[in-house]
Order: sequence, then structure tokens, then C-alpha cells
Amino acid sequence: MSETPVDAAEVKHVAELARVDLDSEEADAFAAQFAEILEYFDALDEVPEVDTHEDLVNVMRADDIEESLDQTAALQNADETEDGFFKGPRVS
Amino acid sequence: MAHNAFITRETIDGADDGPLSGRTVAVKDNISTEGVRTTCGSAMLESYVPPYDATVVERLKQAGATIVGKTNMDEFGMGGTTETSAYGPVENPADSGHVPGGSSGGSAAAVAAGEADLALGSDTGGSVRNPAAFCGVVGIKPTYGLVSRYGLVAYANSLEQIGPIAQTVEDAAALLDVISGPDPNDGTTRFDLAGDDGGAADDRSAADGGSATHPATDANYAAAADGDVNGTTVGVVTDLLEGADDRVVDRFEATLDDLRSQGVDTVEVSLDSVEHAVQAYYVIAMSEASSNLARFDGVRYGVSGGDEGNWNESFARAREDGFGEEVKRRILLGTYALSAGYHDKYYQKAQDARAWVKRDFDDAFERADVLATPTMPVLPPALGESLSDPLQLYLMDANTVPVNLANLPAISVPAGEADGLPVGLQFVGPKFGEEAIVRAASAVEG
Repeated sequence: MSETPVDAAEVKHVAELARVDLDSEEADAFAAQFAEILEYFDALDEVPEVDTHEDLVNVMRADDIEESLDQTAALQNADETEDGFFKGPRVS
Repeated sequence: MAHNAFITRETIDGADDGPLSGRTVAVKDNISTEGVRTTCGSAMLESYVPPYDATVVERLKQAGATIVGKTNMDEFGMGGTTETSAYGPVENPADSGHVPGGSSGGSAAAVAAGEADLALGSDTGGSVRNPAAFCGVVGIKPTYGLVSRYGLVAYANSLEQIGPIAQTVEDAAALLDVISGPDPNDGTTRFDLAGDDGGAADDRSAADGGSATHPATDANYAAAADGDVNGTTVGVVTDLLEGADDRVVDRFEATLDDLRSQGVDTVEVSLDSVEHAVQAYYVIAMSEASSNLARFDGVRYGVSGGDEGNWNESFARAREDGFGEEVKRRILLGTYALSAGYHDKYYQKAQDARAWVKRDFDDAFERADVLATPTMPVLPPALGESLSDPLQLYLMDANTVPVNLANLPAISVPAGEADGLPVGLQFVGPKFGEEAIVRAASAVEG
């Protein structure tokens, strides 16, 4: 068994974090599969720490105004719009 | 009929003249086409119409190609058989009872069946090379940063590249010549701005959009398909032969014999890190997927969750309705791997493994010009055979994912058949060594 057993309640919790309204049947099926997959991932414990010293530099472009999508095009795939804005569900 | 290779058939004409004039190209349905539906193989995007073209699509049009449609794929690229598509599975043109591989299964099937001369796929962990091998065609996964990802719907953005599929190595390389190069809209293709002084642009290269310093600028990939491998050293990755089907290994060995008769030297190479590559790949890909696919909330595009309840409830309904099983599985596992208490155990360890794989490849290229493996360790599974066990499906990617972890180029070229099913041979090259793998693969074609 994996060191990190997963039950349906834990799957439901993760689904809530990921904003997926999973039904109980799916949660049960995933719990069994996740146990097997996570057990396989546990082998990553054997990987040594690897020193990766990469020199990173910031890359900036010039701050010039460029052409962008017009508002109609940007909104064309939205289910609901209002006065040129996306309309989303209420916050609470 | 027609193998279900296309989700949307639509003719998009290119410029009158160019290197691809007269050629037809099928485009994977996760690559944006202005005004033409782009579903990513998902019910979530069933009616999504992009307002702009991906950079690679613009380049196809400028090169005179005729786009003939958008190809079927595993949902958001998540799968290796094209069976997770919301638009039904694709049949392998080589044998219709078998899967075409995936996730770019529609693109490879379209080329294999002659429904398009060329195709574009995307390769996150093998999604171009796997279906190319299973369908008996050629597929190239370019070095990370060679081809613009602008307009490619992201699944795991640190791993993926758009790549060409064709009947011949030369045709695939010619398509790579068209799509590669710097793009101001994809920062990972820029080589002109990272100067020693911390980012100030070199005036000469900045003026031409960075093309003076991009590796594709002075390259001619099609011309490299000259079959001249005399004196080339090919490293055979022994670790990736051990778990492979005997029938696949037989074809692989026979192909190496043929290359040796053309003047190739072979050496055995062992990469200790690759036994952890599949684990590392899936942890990283799922983690990135959980972040990249957070954008699908049903507000700006995609299936709407309606306005009942609060926004979290609406988003969760949209995602439950719009996503298929494999996509939910990966988003959840990625969320889990990144969550408090598990980040160090999974995600950080996977990054260590990724660095280890890169280092192993660097060492191997001290001894060999290119490396060779079977592209897939197995023959194409029968349709429906592998759907029920996700982990077994992930293990099928053992030979392809190390390449993505190391950001390297690789090509799959047909190496004959076993039991009537195609076998592919994979060459892996050093960073931006596309010409070397094209040359080696062209020698296999004979």
C-alpha cells in the first residue's frame, strides 16, 4: 500500500480544491486508482537531490502599445455578457 | 469510415505561393484556428471558436498550405490512444481494430490514411511520436523553444512542443522548416534578449524579432534528410529495451543492423535516471495541468455552470459537466501533488528527477551523436483494451517522456512491422540537434 492512502473523502476534498463537482461514484473509483498511482509515484523518494544551478535572467520587451483583440471578438465565446463585459456568477 | 480522424472538416486556403503550396495539412484540434472551432477533443469546448490563429497556423498559411481540418485527439492531449476524446475513438489505418496511439492520433491517422499530406500534432510526453509509431508514419518532437506554442491550448507548458507528422522524414523536416523560429508571442522562443547585462536587447537581433540568434534561422531540416550516416555514432539506450515487447525489440535490432551496414557505429548507453522518468513526468504534467486547466470556469468560454449558487458552485458544475474522466483524474492528482504537505514529496522530487534525466542525457551525448530506442515498448493495443487501467497506460510512455523532461528533440521513423502492426524507432538528439536526428532517420527509410 502507498504511504499516503487516499479515501473517497480525501478525493472529494481535493475535488473541492480543484473546483470539480465530483459525484460519489466517481470519488469511489478515483480513490482506488489514486492509491495505486500514488504508490507508483512514491518511488520518487529514491531520487537524489540534484543541484541545478541555472543562470536565469529577466527578459523584457519594450513597453509599446500594440494591437489587441477587439472587445466583440474577445467576448464572442462567453455564455453571458453585459455592456461589453463578461458576466460571471455571483461571488457568494 | 475515414477512421474518425477529424473532429471538424474545414478547408482553409493559404497564400498562393510558398514552400507548402499544393500540400494539404491536418491540424490537431488543440491548435487555435481563427473562425474554426477548436475543441481540444473535449465537450468543454464543443462550441469554442478561437478569435485568432496560432503562430504555426499563420506560418502554414503564409507557406501556401491548404488546411483540411482539425484532427481528433485525446481530451486536452491527456492519453496515449485517442480513446479519451469526447468525439469518439480513432481507428488505426494500419489495422482498424487497433488504436492509432495518441494523443495526436487523428493527425497521424489522417496522414497514414492519405487524407492529408502532412499534419501538426503536439507532444507533451510522446503525443506526436507515439501515434506516428503506431500508424507507421514519421513524427518529430522539436527541442523546447524551437517552435512557438502561441495559440496551442496548454496542458503541461514546460514539456510540450508542436511537431510535424508526415509519410517521409524529408516531408516532416520540411514542415518543421516552416513552423520553427522565434515568435514575439512566445517568450520561450526568444534567444535575442537574454544578454549578459541582464536583459538588454542586442540591437541587431532585436530589430529582426530575434531571428539572428534563433537556432532555426540557419538550419535547413529538409536538406538534412540525405541518408548520409557513415561515421555516425548511435547510442543504444539499454535501459529502455529491457521492458519492451520481444517483437518490437526484434524490429529495433534488425534496423540497427541495417544502419551498421551503412557505416554507423553503435555503442551501448545506460541512463540510470530513466527508471524514474515516468513518475516524474506524470507528477509534473498533472501539476501543470491542474494549473493550466483552471481557466475553464465556464465564464469566458466553454460549458457554463449557470448562475445558481455562488461562483465556486457554478465553476465546479461547469468543470464536472465539461471535463471527461481522464482530465478530471489528472487535474485532481495534480492538485493533490501540489497541495500543502505533499509538494516536497512529489513535485520537488519530480523536479530533481527531471534535472537528473537532463544530466544523464548530457553525459550520453559525450559518447554518441544520437541515441536510439524503440519509440513505443509495445505494439498498438486493440481498441478498448487499455482504457480501464490508467497506470498501465502511463507506463506505455516510458521511452518517450524522458525526452520531454530533458527538453530535447526526437523523431519516430517507421522500422517495419510485427504481426501486421507498425513499429517505430526513436532517435533522440542533443539540444537543437534536429538535423542530426533527421539525417539518422532518413537512413532508416533507405
